Parts: sequence; C-alpha cells; structure tokens
Amino acid sequence: MKESKLGSLLLPLGGIALCLLVWTAVSRTIAPDLPSPLRTWEESKPYVLRPFFKDGEMNQGIGRFALLSLVRVAKGFALAIALGTPLGFLLGLSRTFQRAFDPLIQILRPISPLAWLPLGLIIFQRSEPAAVFTIALCAMWPTVINTAVGVRSINPDYLNVGRVLRLSRARMLRKIIIPATLPYVFTGFRLSLGIAWLVIVASEMLTGAPGVGGFLWQEYNSLVYSHILLSIVTIGLIGYALDRLMGVAERRFQSA
Amino acid sequence: MAFLSLRGVRKSHPTARGEHVVLRDLDLEVNEGEFVAVVGPSGSGKTTLVSLIAGLMRPDAGEILLDGAPVTGPGPDRGVVFQNYSLLAWMSVLDNVLLAVESVSPELSADERRAKAERLVRLVNLGEAMHKKPHQLSGGMRQRVAVARGLAMEPRVLLLDEPFSALDALTRASLQQELVRIWMRERRTIVMITNDVEEAILLADRIFPLTAGPGARMGTPIDVRMPHPRSSRAVNLEPAYHEARRSVLSFLVGQRRASLGATLAGVGA
Repeated sequence: MKESKLGSLLLPLGGIALCLLVWTAVSRTIAPDLPSPLRTWEESKPYVLRPFFKDGEMNQGIGRFALLSLVRVAKGFALAIALGTPLGFLLGLSRTFQRAFDPLIQILRPISPLAWLPLGLIIFQRSEPAAVFTIALCAMWPTVINTAVGVRSINPDYLNVGRVLRLSRARMLRKIIIPATLPYVFTGFRLSLGIAWLVIVASEMLTGAPGVGGFLWQEYNSLVYSHILLSIVTIGLIGYALDRLMGVAERRFQSA
Repeated sequence: MAFLSLRGVRKSHPTARGEHVVLRDLDLEVNEGEFVAVVGPSGSGKTTLVSLIAGLMRPDAGEILLDGAPVTGPGPDRGVVFQNYSLLAWMSVLDNVLLAVESVSPELSADERRAKAERLVRLVNLGEAMHKKPHQLSGGMRQRVAVARGLAMEPRVLLLDEPFSALDALTRASLQQELVRIWMRERRTIVMITNDVEEAILLADRIFPLTAGPGARMGTPIDVRMPHPRSSRAVNLEPAYHEARRSVLSFLVGQRRASLGATLAGVGA
C-alpha cells in the first residue's frame, strides 16, 4: 500500500520533471525565444504571488484573470445546459424531433469556436455576450447528446412500471424518465464544462476581453512570452480542477 | 364464465429469419380469488404471457378478457410483479409503493395515501427498511417491495413473473409462505409464472403446464387438492402432492420427448 501511494505521488512528479527538462532543452536549442521554465517563473512571480492585484484592465494578477474567465465560462456553461438539457430530452423522447434535428446537430457540433465568434459579434454587437454565446454553442452538444442517449437507454422495465400504473405524461417524466436519465445528464454536464473551458481562450483572444485567454494574447503581442506559458499552465490547472469537481458531483449523483 | 380468460391467444415476434411464434392457440381460464400457477421450461414464453395479460403487449390473434371486458392496454387492475423487481432505484421503499398508491387512489388525502403505503410495506415485513433505497436491500427484500407495490395497485389480478427465481432457497421458502399468507388474507386472484414445479404445487390451486417453445401451448390444468397454507415439509407426506407433481412432470417431460422426437425425425429426414 505504502509503495503504491509513493508511486502515485512520485510518478506524476517524475512526468512533470521530464516535461520541464524537455521544455528547458527546447528553449536552449531550437527555440531561443521560448523562455525556460526558470525564466518563466521569474517573470511570472509577481502575477502568481499577488494573484489579485489590479493595475488596469489588462494588467492584473493571474487569480483575478482566472476569476474573470471563470465567470464568463459559468455564464456560457449555464446557458449551454439550460438549452442543452431540454433539447436532449426532446431528442430522446420524440422520434419525430430526433429525425428533424439530429442531422442538424451533427453538422453544428464540429464547428469551431473561432467560427462562431464572429457570428456572435455580428448578432450581439458587443464582445461579452458574443463570448458567452460562443461558449454556450460549443459546449452544449455533449449535454444534448448524453441526455438524449440517457433517455433512450432507460430500462424498459421502468417504463413498463409507469405504463401499468397508467402515469400521466407529466408524472412519467417527473417520476421516471428524468430521474432515470440524470446520471447521463451529469456526464454530459461534465463534458460540456470541459469544452466551455476549452473555448474560453479562443473567445477571449478574439474579443480581447480581460481573462486568462485575453491576457495570453495580449502578452504575445507585447512579446512577454513567459506570460503565455503562465497562462497555459493556469488554464490547464483550472481545467483539471473543474473536471475533478464535476467528477465528484457526478459520482455523488450516481450513488444517490 | 371465468374471471380471467385467454382464448386462442397467439403471439409472435418478427425476426431476421422470419416470424418466431412464441405462443400459439393459448387458452387459460382463471376463477375469481383463485391462485393459479403457469409452469413451463425457460424459453416457453412465460414472460410473454405475463406481458399479454398485463396489456404491455397485444396478441396477434385471440382475445383476453378480464371479468368479461377485453384487455386493451396496461392498467393497475392487473398489477405486475416483474421478474427483476423493476424497483425505481432513485426512490425509497416507501416511495416506490407510494407511487402505486397515488396512481390508484387519487381520491385519498396525502396522509391517507402515505398511511396506506406504510401499511403495505409493513405487510411484507419491511417496516424497518421503509426509507432505504433499493440498492441497500437484499434480493429477497427487493422482491418484497415489488410484492407490496403490486398489492398497492389493488389489482383484480396480481401477475407474478417468476417472483422467486433469483432468490436463495431459504429466502424463497419464507417468501412463499408470506405470499400465501397475504393471499389468504386478501383473496386476490393471482397468476404466478414459474419454472419450479414444487413451488407451483406448494402455492397454487391449479397448475397450467406450458409446453416448450417455440409456439408454446397450454396443457390441461392440474388441480392441487390440498388445503392452504401448505408447509413444504408436510406437503411431502401428502399423496395429493406426489400425484400433482407426477402429472405436471409427466406432461412437461412428455412434451420434451415429443419435441425431441420431432427434432430427431427432422434430422433423419
């Protein structure tokens, strides 16, 4: 037990160390513009050690930028699941609805956030709602599809119980279909949140909105490359934390 | 006229290799208050028979009448205890039963419905587990919940689809006793499907043997002339038990020989 515990801590650290080594090697040889891990840390220190300072719109601590991004993602994610969940239920419940909209969904699903964003800007004229719109449009598909699959894979015995009891459509939905589908819906939520976070960078880069992605793009333009790496690491860590958090919520739901 | 009657019922499923006939020209007559068992080997279409009486499936031909009225769809007047219990996993024991009570007794107040559901849960000796979720229960306890829910439907016919097949011998014996106790108290018409001849003799007034599928048919019913409740030990000393057992087995075995013979003849030709 002790050994495996050690391994579960040491091995990931070893992986990270190896990655830092490769990074250092690359910055010393083929990409001299790439700051080394050490230089990245030196230049990022003020942003990390004082994560919530604010010296103007585009010069803030990394914690503050992350918070701005998270709020934006929360809005987009909320919109995504508010639209995606009912849509998924409709797709799962109605053959007609499924036939009508499934091809459309399959076409919309692979469209990149970079393509949606200009459309959002045209529609809303402002960058903030355009970013939220883009996040929602990209992130909602896993929720839609998982919910629809969940509805279609409900144990037929459950539905038979409802039929024998002659439950009304509303009660059938409330007492049987929705609770039976919830574990699938939650898996959809988790995947959707992952995508929402993935999209944040692209949407902030294009709109120039303050946040981790906006900061990344600004620092690229200002040639402060170490801050690009700081942003990348921050995005990764937060994405990982979000996924773990949703995983816990998901499991709690499944065992309930 | 019988309380529940099936006449010339036929059911088939379409398959890739053409039509698969599950039940053919099936007749069944059950009197009110009677406990009837349908015994057949696995694959003889027993669950299909339950689904037909429950109205979850429609027969291709023939008719199913309950108290003279044709069965056109599912309803709580034919309460089903499903083979795999089918308890709603996200509801407590009480809520599973309550859902059935709510559906058949909308005229009662919330308190009255709850009291009724609680009474049924106690009737199947699950008072202690009232607020547990199905995954916290043993197989035997889940089966009791399923029975309580079946009774909560206040069915005119209670359909039991291999109710005890997934249980260990001890649990099965105690649940069988309990079922008879409840039946003697409530005097509901019960149709139980089983592949266990001993179980059928222990519980039922009459036994309908079902031939092996495909195209299963019903044999002549066999009366079990023994008073209830029957204990499995005492029953062994009754000549009536052995008589009934012999009749059912000789029918089922005879059928198997006949179908085996037909198969062999087919191979020979």
